[in-house]
Amino acid sequence: MNTSVLPPVRIRSLANATATATAAMRLLPSAPLNHQAHRAVYGDLPRLDPGHVMAAAEHSGLSGQGGAAFPAHRKMAAVREAARRAGRRPVVVANGSEGEPASAKDKALLWHAPHLVLDGVALAAAAVGADRAFLAVEAGHGLLGYLTEADRQRTSTAVPVTIVEVPSRFLSGQESALVSFLDGGPALPRFQSRPVFEQGVGGGPTLVQNVETLAHLALIARHGPAWYRSGAATSLFTVRYADSTPTVVEAAPGTSLQHLTGAVSGQAILVGGYHGTWLPLESAARSGREVGAGIRAITGDTSVSAETLGVPLGAGLLAVLPHDRCGLVETASILRYLALESAGQCGPCLNGLPRMAAAFGELARPTPRSDLQQIRDDLSRWAGLVTGRGACRHPDGTARLARSALIAFAAEADAHSRGRCRASARPPMLPTAMPPASQSTASE
Amino acid sequence: MPEPTTITLRAAVDWTACQGHGACADLLPEVVSLDEWGYPILQERPVPAEARRRARRAVSECPALAFLLKR
Repeated sequence: MNTSVLPPVRIRSLANATATATAAMRLLPSAPLNHQAHRAVYGDLPRLDPGHVMAAAEHSGLSGQGGAAFPAHRKMAAVREAARRAGRRPVVVANGSEGEPASAKDKALLWHAPHLVLDGVALAAAAVGADRAFLAVEAGHGLLGYLTEADRQRTSTAVPVTIVEVPSRFLSGQESALVSFLDGGPALPRFQSRPVFEQGVGGGPTLVQNVETLAHLALIARHGPAWYRSGAATSLFTVRYADSTPTVVEAAPGTSLQHLTGAVSGQAILVGGYHGTWLPLESAARSGREVGAGIRAITGDTSVSAETLGVPLGAGLLAVLPHDRCGLVETASILRYLALESAGQCGPCLNGLPRMAAAFGELARPTPRSDLQQIRDDLSRWAGLVTGRGACRHPDGTARLARSALIAFAAEADAHSRGRCRASARPPMLPTAMPPASQSTASE
Repeated sequence: MPEPTTITLRAAVDWTACQGHGACADLLPEVVSLDEWGYPILQERPVPAEARRRARRAVSECPALAFLLKR
């Protein structure tokens, strides 16, 4: 492997904060590891006994790290069962497509620990009995050549892995979109009369797992499910501030927001991703205050987990909105992007998302207005109308983001309707398209 | 052969195929209404026994072949 390879993002590991953690328990080594170095740090891949891998996945409690947080073991068991009934070998798809423009953790993982991911692919393939696998990565980051070379270094080819670049679009990583693309179609979600675990690539049973989930599996196979469950195992987050370069942070469960993101000073945090939730950031005295349906105020001391935050961690994005930015401007920008990224295949999404984006564009404009309540009512109604009414969850996630912004930035919306905005006018801080390659690989 | 009435049927839509013609809502108002853009809003509850014949018509007469019944 080329040692001059420059990973595209900054990484920071908090894994050493726990006394017992060793390099072999981390997801992100400080420098990219070729196969020889990988084996020196992590040891050889343990035996690929299907029952052993299934049991380890089950007892670890591992869940998907790509957004939906579905239990990995249940997905694997469903694929195995579907394959048995259909009498055919399933396919494994490692999902590293990470179409979310604000997220970088899967790309960082693939750069730093490609062999941990490939170990996970081998383990998952053994568990479900797959005889071929795909590793799907986002186009435009040089990952295809890099990972092809990494895969070539592996002598024991338990399962052949085809590395595929998928278009750099928001919906490319959606399960049915990946299946469509691997079958030679467009990378767009499609109507599934049967779920992907039954009828995926080539019409056969297909296991789609996020690359971080697979890397976790590779660590569980080595250190055991009890280690994973004990809370010592880390996971990956993409942390963003006002500057455009994200930091990928590896942290154990229960790490405080302040510790995880560095110094927290801001008015709100976007948790999960662009299908995620805005949570207001407040002083310690007001922590935990419920500010609206399911939305609780948090502080720098709040530990980062789905339980403590009260919202899903999604793809692990934590974007800190500083005091001098406007959450309505950010949300309007993201909603416009999400509306443009709609595949336009399903009526409610096609009609609802542009209307929601336009209405939020109105809210984002500080001007005296008397129709604020009407705009809020429209947004709430459209959020309800698009939810659950599409071939994929894109409209659902978009509605979640819009609803949370209406709650978290309610005071700001009031101020805007009186012609005032507390933020100094600036372009939105959160990216709505992939930066040019020259920027994304710039060194720090 | 008459099908046993113990099997519950629920309305479903292939959202990528639906073009908002609205035939399903005309035929099956108990279970389907239309949103402000003309796309079907489905009730959670199963198709009532007395509406099954119309439900089947809604499936066969949907111009986009997007209206479905699921067990």
